[in-house]
This record gives sequence, structure tokens and C-alpha cells, in this order.
Amino acid sequence: MTNFLGIYFPEFFYVLCGLVCFLTAFRARKNESAKLGTMLFWTLTGIIFMLGKVLPSALVGAMLIAMGFLTVTKQVKIGKFKESTPEFRKASSERIGSKIFVPAVAVGLIALILSFVKYDVMKDGVATPTALNGAIMTGVACVIALVLAFVICKPKISDTKEDTSRLLMQVGAACLLPQLLGALGSVFAEAGVGEVISGMISSVVPQGNIVIGVIIYVFGMVIFTMIMGNAFAAFTVITAGIGVPFVISQGGNPAVIGVLGMTAGYCGTLMTPMAANFNIVPCAVLETKDPKWSVIKAQIPMALMMIVVHIILMLAIGFR
Amino acid sequence: MEYIKLIGILIIVLGFALKLDVLAVVLVAGIVTGLVAGLDFVHILEIIGESFVNNRLMSIFLIMFPVIAIIERYGMKERAAYLIGKIRNASAGKVLSIWMVVRSVASALNIRIGGHVQFIRPLILPMTSAAAEASKGSPLSEKEEEKVKGLSAATENFGNFFAQNCFPASASVVLIQSGLAVAGYEVSLSDIASSAIYVMIISVILTIVQVMLFDKKVKGGRKS
Repeated sequence: MTNFLGIYFPEFFYVLCGLVCFLTAFRARKNESAKLGTMLFWTLTGIIFMLGKVLPSALVGAMLIAMGFLTVTKQVKIGKFKESTPEFRKASSERIGSKIFVPAVAVGLIALILSFVKYDVMKDGVATPTALNGAIMTGVACVIALVLAFVICKPKISDTKEDTSRLLMQVGAACLLPQLLGALGSVFAEAGVGEVISGMISSVVPQGNIVIGVIIYVFGMVIFTMIMGNAFAAFTVITAGIGVPFVISQGGNPAVIGVLGMTAGYCGTLMTPMAANFNIVPCAVLETKDPKWSVIKAQIPMALMMIVVHIILMLAIGFR
Repeated sequence: MEYIKLIGILIIVLGFALKLDVLAVVLVAGIVTGLVAGLDFVHILEIIGESFVNNRLMSIFLIMFPVIAIIERYGMKERAAYLIGKIRNASAGKVLSIWMVVRSVASALNIRIGGHVQFIRPLILPMTSAAAEASKGSPLSEKEEEKVKGLSAATENFGNFFAQNCFPASASVVLIQSGLAVAGYEVSLSDIASSAIYVMIISVILTIVQVMLFDKKVKGGRKS
């Protein structure tokens, strides 16, 4: 049972993700241009989703490079689709009414309920309550929502297939960026990039001044997070390299300085295209005109103000 | 020459700035960094492949697409616009302020409400843009529409980021604890979480200020 919930059941939902990719690959045969490249791209994506756990890692890496070749040579394109007309949407919204919200609300509600489910995993001979895998929470919720959507709207399967392919093609390669940047982070970690940077910073910063220490720590978190796209990766490196010697060892409260250091990093997350899952994928999902910067632009004022807030908070409550 | 390892960062910065193909830029950055650090090419492929597969959870939202496809075709946005239109004095700022409070509280309690695919596209964006239109009294310009999308996506991030550390067992709080422990400072999870509340409150207030300023702009746009 433990193996089933922890390992096999999540894979089922990745297989479903793979099917969505295959559907799109199959639809790409009707593309006006870049037919082959687009089909190949989505087929490879689908295979990685479905069989990722059993394929050799080096092969997955090679497939990703092939996909990179396809996108850089502009062989992956969006096809032409016939979208629903405003008249049709208006008529059916009047017919169905507010029941149309049921599937969307169900996704949140079911995932919420499932997040309270705990099951026992044997850890060193002791049963430890463990939350369900995130893929199960989202997956179960989406499958139930899909059934509800079919019951409520009674859509034509062919329409649904068309619309799904259109959505995925519009999001395009951006949907793989978060995963790929995660992979880049792993290469950086193995190559020791973090150590080089923290060594660089600590060699130029003067020790002994609390205000300078706090400012350097906050900006170190912001800038390093912007480069890595991930505040967690930045936190480990910058807290050890700057936070501890320049702030905490000078009398700072470790709990307060630590948590503020982390959220200072999040200010960096708000401003960087490297955090693709928060800043670039939403552009694609919401179909903004500017595919990279619309979300970041809306976030920059907040991020800058929060950086100032962090410096003030650290000095005001971090040294009590 | 240790600094040569930073070449990957340079590639990323240049590639993103020059708007080159993102997939290729990231792959090249990874391979070059690995090579200059003396890693074997096949080993680099292995690291990339393994990490990519382990991060599949980040893209699990793909299975939500068929649901969105159906409810959008059958008039979800139109219905949201109709309902918002019935509320007097609705505005984008009010919708987003309520969302920000709900999202922050949920995030602080580790309740899974949120997500750009799960919540913003199907629910929050249609309501926000309908409310903006209602308060303006005429259809939004392309620029305003773009701003509504940006703000809707941004509030999701604000609520998620700045409130999550209030929950003692969240991944980030656990990481903060272990990071401090490595440096020799033992701190309890609840000490860390209780220190996070200031940032949460300030972020909610600043967000409400930002979206209310947008409201003013939209209403001002009506006269011109």
C-alpha cells in the first residue's frame, strides 16, 4: 500500500499528462507549418512524462537536447484552431448557469480535502504519518472535475480535444521551463557554482557593521535568488556565507533573521524570469501579450517595497 | 580559475536579455557549466534528465487543461461577468483584495487553495476583468486587460510567498531550521513561523494599496 501511494499511483497521473501531450502531438498533424517538428516535440514530452521513471536518465537528457534543437530552429509552432463563438458561449452560459463553476471549485475543494489525508509510512520501523504525494492530490481532483464538467456541460469530445490541444500549444515550451531550470540548478550544485559566489561576496564585504550586514544579506538573497530562480537554493548558500557571519553572529535572533532572509529571497523570485513557474508559465496560461514580462512588471513595485520592508524589519525586530 | 564556473549564469542572463529560445539557452548553460567544472558529458545528461523527471510535479497542471477547455467553451467567463455585473460597486481592486486575503490565510494554514492554472485562469481573472469592466462602464483597453492579467497572477504569488512561512511545517520553514542548524543555531519551527507574521500582514496591506491604485486608474480612464 505504501509503495502504491508513494510510487505507483502518482505515476498514473503523469501518464495522463503524457496523454494530453500525445493528443497535442496528434493534433499537430493538421498544423500549417512545422508539422513534423511540433509532432515530435510533443511526443517526446509525452514520453518523458509517461516513462520518465523507467527510462535511463542520460536518454531523457538527450531527448531534452533534441527538443531544444527543435525549439531553437523554430520547428515547434501553434496550429490554427476554430475557437468557440461568443454567441455560443453566451447561449450556453445562460443555459447552464452557475453550475459551470462546479468543476473549477471542485478542483480546489477536493485537493484541499485530500491535503488532510495522512497515511502511515514505515520509517526506521516506526509508522510515520505522511501526506499524500502532490501529484495524487492534483490528479484525483482534476479527474473528478473532468467527470463533473462532462456531466454538467455535455461537451462534444472532439471540441474538448481541440480546445485542450490549443491550450497546450499556446503554453508551449514554457510549460517545460520550470522543470528544466530545476535541472539547471542541479548542474550548478554539482559544479559548485554556489560556493564560488558566496566566496566572492564574503571576500569584499566588511565585517562588524550591523546595518551594512543586514543590507548585504537582504540584497544577497534577492540577487542570488534572481540568478538561481529559487530562494531555497539561495538560502542555504547565502545564509551560511553572509547571514551567519555578518548578521546572526553579531547578535541577531536566528529565527527572525532566518525567516526574513527567506522571504527577502522571495522578493527576488518576484522579479526574475528564472522563476519560470511563478512568472513565465502564468503569462502563457493567461495569454498575455508579452510572453515573459507581464507578470514580473506587475510584481516589481511590490518586490522593491518589500525589500525595504525586510531591511527595516530585520533591524527593528531581529536584534531584540 | 574558479570564476569560469559562473559562465552558465552569464549565458542565462545574455540569453534571456537577447530573447533567444529559452529551452536552448537553459540547456546550453547547463552543459557548458558542467563541462567547465570538469563533468563528463554523459554525466551532465544524466543530471539533467534525472532532475527533470524528479521535477515533473511542477507540470502536473497539464491534466487540468481538459477541464478548462470544457468550462471555457461552455461560458464560464461569460457567467462570471454576468454575476459580477449584478454586484453593485464591484471593482477589480475589491475582487483582488478579497482574493489576496483568502489566498494568504489559506497559505498560512497550508490549505491548498491557489495556483495560476487551477484558480487564476478559470476563476479569479474572469471575475477581476468583469469587475474592472463594470467599474469602468466600458470595455477594457488592451493595456488595461494586460494589467489585469499581470495583477491577477501577481496576487497569487504574493499570497503564496509571503504567507507560507506562517505554517510551522511548511517546506520553507523546515529548510530555514535545517539551514540554521548546519550553522550551529538550534531554533524551533514555531519560533520561525511566528516571526513570519509581520511580513504576511505588510504584504497584504501593500497588495491592497496596489490594486486599489489600479482601480483609480481604471475609473480615471473612463473620462478620457
